[in-house]
Amino acid sequence: MRSNSLTADLQPINKNIRKRFVLSRLHSLAGIVPLGIFMVEHLLTNSTALLGREKYNEQIHLIQSIPFLPLLEIFLVAIPLIFHAGYGIYLSMISKSNTQTYKYERNRLFFFQRVTGITTLVFIIYHVWSFRLAPVFYGTEINFDLVNSHLENVFVFSFYVIGVVGAVFHFSNGIRTGLITWGVTKGPASQRIAQRICLLFFAVFGVLGVTSLFAFI
Amino acid sequence: MSAEKVIRLKVKRKDQMDSESYWEEFAIPYRPNMNVISALMEIQRNPVNAEGTKVRSVAWEYNCLEEVCGACSMRINGKVRQACSTLVEKLEQPIQLEPMETFPVEKDLVVDRQRMFDALQKIKGWIPIDGTYAMGSGPLISSREQQEAYKFSTCMTCGCCLDACPNVNSGSPFIGPQALAQTKYFNMHPTGKLTKNERLEVVIGDEGISNCGNSQNCVEVCPKDIPLTTALAELNHEANRYALWSWLKK
Repeated sequence: MRSNSLTADLQPINKNIRKRFVLSRLHSLAGIVPLGIFMVEHLLTNSTALLGREKYNEQIHLIQSIPFLPLLEIFLVAIPLIFHAGYGIYLSMISKSNTQTYKYERNRLFFFQRVTGITTLVFIIYHVWSFRLAPVFYGTEINFDLVNSHLENVFVFSFYVIGVVGAVFHFSNGIRTGLITWGVTKGPASQRIAQRICLLFFAVFGVLGVTSLFAFI
Repeated sequence: MSAEKVIRLKVKRKDQMDSESYWEEFAIPYRPNMNVISALMEIQRNPVNAEGTKVRSVAWEYNCLEEVCGACSMRINGKVRQACSTLVEKLEQPIQLEPMETFPVEKDLVVDRQRMFDALQKIKGWIPIDGTYAMGSGPLISSREQQEAYKFSTCMTCGCCLDACPNVNSGSPFIGPQALAQTKYFNMHPTGKLTKNERLEVVIGDEGISNCGNSQNCVEVCPKDIPLTTALAELNHEANRYALWSWLKK
């Protein structure tokens, strides 16, 4: 029997019940603050390839001279990334996409956010292996020529184009939804404007990323 | 004799809660200005399927017939909406009718929407005015706030928002947009504010707002045009603050 009393059973207030909320906010935060900012920095660094081989190699040297670089990479990139990816996979597994029935713009963005989450993860694993881990194991130097030797393969190049565009989309759309998650854009009008700004952001960094790829071949 | 115009319907049926669903087609005589309810009434009047076999008439729920009660929600040509305000002439045929399968299907198009009423209990969807003595009249509410609250008061617990939400399903604990929008509604009332934190406890809980994926289907399908996503974003703001401050106060 259902009770009809006015006082519904209160859930006990404890940390476990808030766990999902805290994880979801950390997921949003991790995506924007260390990861998104790192991606923008990374795209800007790579865009120095447009200025030529020397400029790019110089920039790589500059970054490699940052003190405690491996620690920064582990704590500001690797750990947030593993958490963001793990929780993101869980989130996409418990949602049931229905873009076939409800072809609304935001519903499609919701779907693409999950698709690009997966493509970005696959891309990052391959990318980190080729340019961060493999050079450490085999002692190869990271420079313009190494990138060039990878990207000359047409399949690798196409994979990179998909990977870069997907990652930039994932971050741009993530800013849009992040603004809602953090309660900044509340009404439909401000959300629409935020969406346009994020689209512009996607276009600028998508074009920058892809032209940088072309600069390596 | 001119050939009579017919309307073809394809209904997803279920004889009882634990039996398998199956599709059945019907062809019913056309009348001008028919809505989906009147088409279903026609089947009820003469329960014969498209093959001419007499069958059990199709079960569905309806009350008001003017889009205020919320009882006749169903998936019509895939999309969830109210059968009473859906005109047959505007639909592609055969008109496909399915129950809202996000909810337990009881029989044919009848679903059990109890989870939404349970959710209203969880969020304390009421204004606490009962006491042992007269408390006097409550604070005044500005007409602007009344206008805003009014939109949320039109929620008829129809279930469309839950059915269209990709994050409301058996694998997710999400309480759904309806209950969260009602949380905003009761929290904005000056007397309702007294139990605001208790409601926010549910919002930051396991079933709460962290399950929202911002697909914003809810606001698109809401038959009452309730600004559900605005309520969700406002609740995000409130919930973030509440979670942080209540944790820092520990």
